[in-house]
Amino acid sequence: MSILVYTENWDGKFKKLSFELVSYAAAIAKEMGLDLTALSIGNVADDELNKLGNYGASKILKVENDKFNSLDNKALSKAVVAAAENVGAKIVVFAHNNLGKALAPRVSVKLNAGLVSGVTELPSSTSPFVVKKKVFTGKAFANVKVDAENVVLTFAQNSYEIVETGGSAAVEAFDPQVGDADFSTVVNETNKITGKVLLNDAEIVVSGGRGMKSGDNWGGLEELADLLNAGMACSRPVSDEGWRSHDEHVGQTGKIIAPNLYFAFGISGAIQHLGGVSSSKVIVAINKDPEAPIFEAADYGIVGDVFKVIPQLIEGVKEM
Amino acid sequence: MKILVLISNVPDTTTKIRFTGDNTAFDAAGVQWIINPWDELALTRAMELKEAGGVEKITVANVGEKITEATLRKALAVGADDAIRIDAPAKDAFFVASQLSKIAGDYDLILAGIEASDYNGNAVGGMLAELLDYNSVSAVSGINMDGDKFVINREIDGGSQVLSVTGPLVAIVQKGIAKEPRIPAMRGIMMARKKPLNVVEAVDAHEKTSFVNFELPPPKAACKMVDEENAKELITLLHEEAKVL
Ligand SMILES: Cc1cc2nc3c(=O)[nH]c(=O)nc-3n(C[C@H](O)[C@H](O)[C@H](O)COP(=O)(O)OP(=O)(O)OC[C@H]3O[C@@H](n4cnc5c(N)ncnc54)[C@H](O)[C@@H]3O)c2cc1C
Repeated sequence: MSILVYTENWDGKFKKLSFELVSYAAAIAKEMGLDLTALSIGNVADDELNKLGNYGASKILKVENDKFNSLDNKALSKAVVAAAENVGAKIVVFAHNNLGKALAPRVSVKLNAGLVSGVTELPSSTSPFVVKKKVFTGKAFANVKVDAENVVLTFAQNSYEIVETGGSAAVEAFDPQVGDADFSTVVNETNKITGKVLLNDAEIVVSGGRGMKSGDNWGGLEELADLLNAGMACSRPVSDEGWRSHDEHVGQTGKIIAPNLYFAFGISGAIQHLGGVSSSKVIVAINKDPEAPIFEAADYGIVGDVFKVIPQLIEGVKEM
Repeated sequence: MKILVLISNVPDTTTKIRFTGDNTAFDAAGVQWIINPWDELALTRAMELKEAGGVEKITVANVGEKITEATLRKALAVGADDAIRIDAPAKDAFFVASQLSKIAGDYDLILAGIEASDYNGNAVGGMLAELLDYNSVSAVSGINMDGDKFVINREIDGGSQVLSVTGPLVAIVQKGIAKEPRIPAMRGIMMARKKPLNVVEAVDAHEKTSFVNFELPPPKAACKMVDEENAKELITLLHEEAKVL
């Protein structure tokens, strides 16, 4: 018996997220005395696949079939189920990202498994299986018990320490036997975000709100983000106004992020905004209104004008 | 073409979250209930597609007890043609998807929100697709019809794509699917009273997860303030004290 972890690749490479995810799944496997198998679908070189061994995977099933590139949800979930059955997986772990959220529910039905999405910790008990997840968009947590044969989890990134085990993994080619009839998604166009730090991967995020006054005043924040290798984000009204692009909107109805450091410039801290950022490890608020609710969520704050503060912060970072 | 929009009944997004019964249940006392924000956008997009022609009917469906009817009536007031309430408490995502699978088979397009803003399950749409053996597309930020195909914009990790997919299909939608949610007009509210809201008996299904209890996040320590004139000090604190730079 085994635990299966689904690892995504980006142009043949894994990311920090992949290693964190494998570390998390390996810790559960260890706790339960099971092996950890990683499933990789796509063209990933063996030396890249082997890296997963260093985070606790003992076996890697690799599926190299370009048909899966269309990310057809039905076909991909069949492939994951075939892999889970191949290794007798009791637990399947996905990342809590776009693809993980798309596949986990389907896989859970097929495997007769209880699904817990957005888990943030190791299970507090494995028999019965009880694990903590975020609810009410970060305003609370729930301990969820699974009453089913199997378990499917989606793991919220940046909530577990990466652990290097020094181990190695055996790579095995695997054919999940998914027929042509299961593919019905045709990709007409793919647009990759290039040249900037992806918001979901960023360890530091620089975010601006309506206090930035217009779409023309973001040069300072971009410079700060550049210096810190940070991702850029914004509040909803900012993307609604078209000051920044929609993929930067964070909050209840935008992206939900959990960086180590989140800078909120001219953001009031509405409850719907905080829902998307409250899991950040450290929150810094710069706002001219001392009563702004953002200061209740923040760890560090400056009451002041963003346009006076930003140049000083840039200077401070340059001197660091 | 017929469209089914799944509607989750959730507390207003500004609700202060409290629990009762030794933290085993959500405290619903005094809560304002709304259509889950994603579902509201899904319904708005369904209305736009109907106005563009080619959609016969939009049905909204919810698994819930009588209290959720006010939310379904609101969906009718926004413009859905009829509503179905499956009469059972929404025990967990699998239970809800199992109930919906019994009424969803007649529709060409099923729209589900990416998550419900209460328990953040990210689950019902995908489970329903699997139970019906339909394809699904998730993280959908745009949808149009092109003959018997759907042309879909979806977000992927690190970018976005334009897809063509044949139906029947479950589209799991998020930001961008419609610009602003539609608010019911007076005429819509009057008409909604006469539209059918059918109550359907629940089928046998077993939930696979349950809540043991809930926790509120630990209270935050007070915010440490830095003077505006001395903002550089903040960088020093983040570097030396918080160790995040
Ligand atoms: C269902 C629903 C979902 C929502 N989802 C989201 C979401 O996902 N994300 C989101 O962000 N919002 C969301 N909202 C909107 C949310 O309620 C707030 O309206 C929004 O977050 C406010 O954005 P803001 O802080 O940029 O603007 P404001 O609330 O206008 O705040 C601007 C702040 O800037 C400060 N300021 C102004 N000038 C300066 C200056 N020169 N220097 C320093 N400070 C300055 C002001 O003091 C103020 O605090 C949602 C609302 C609803 C109803």
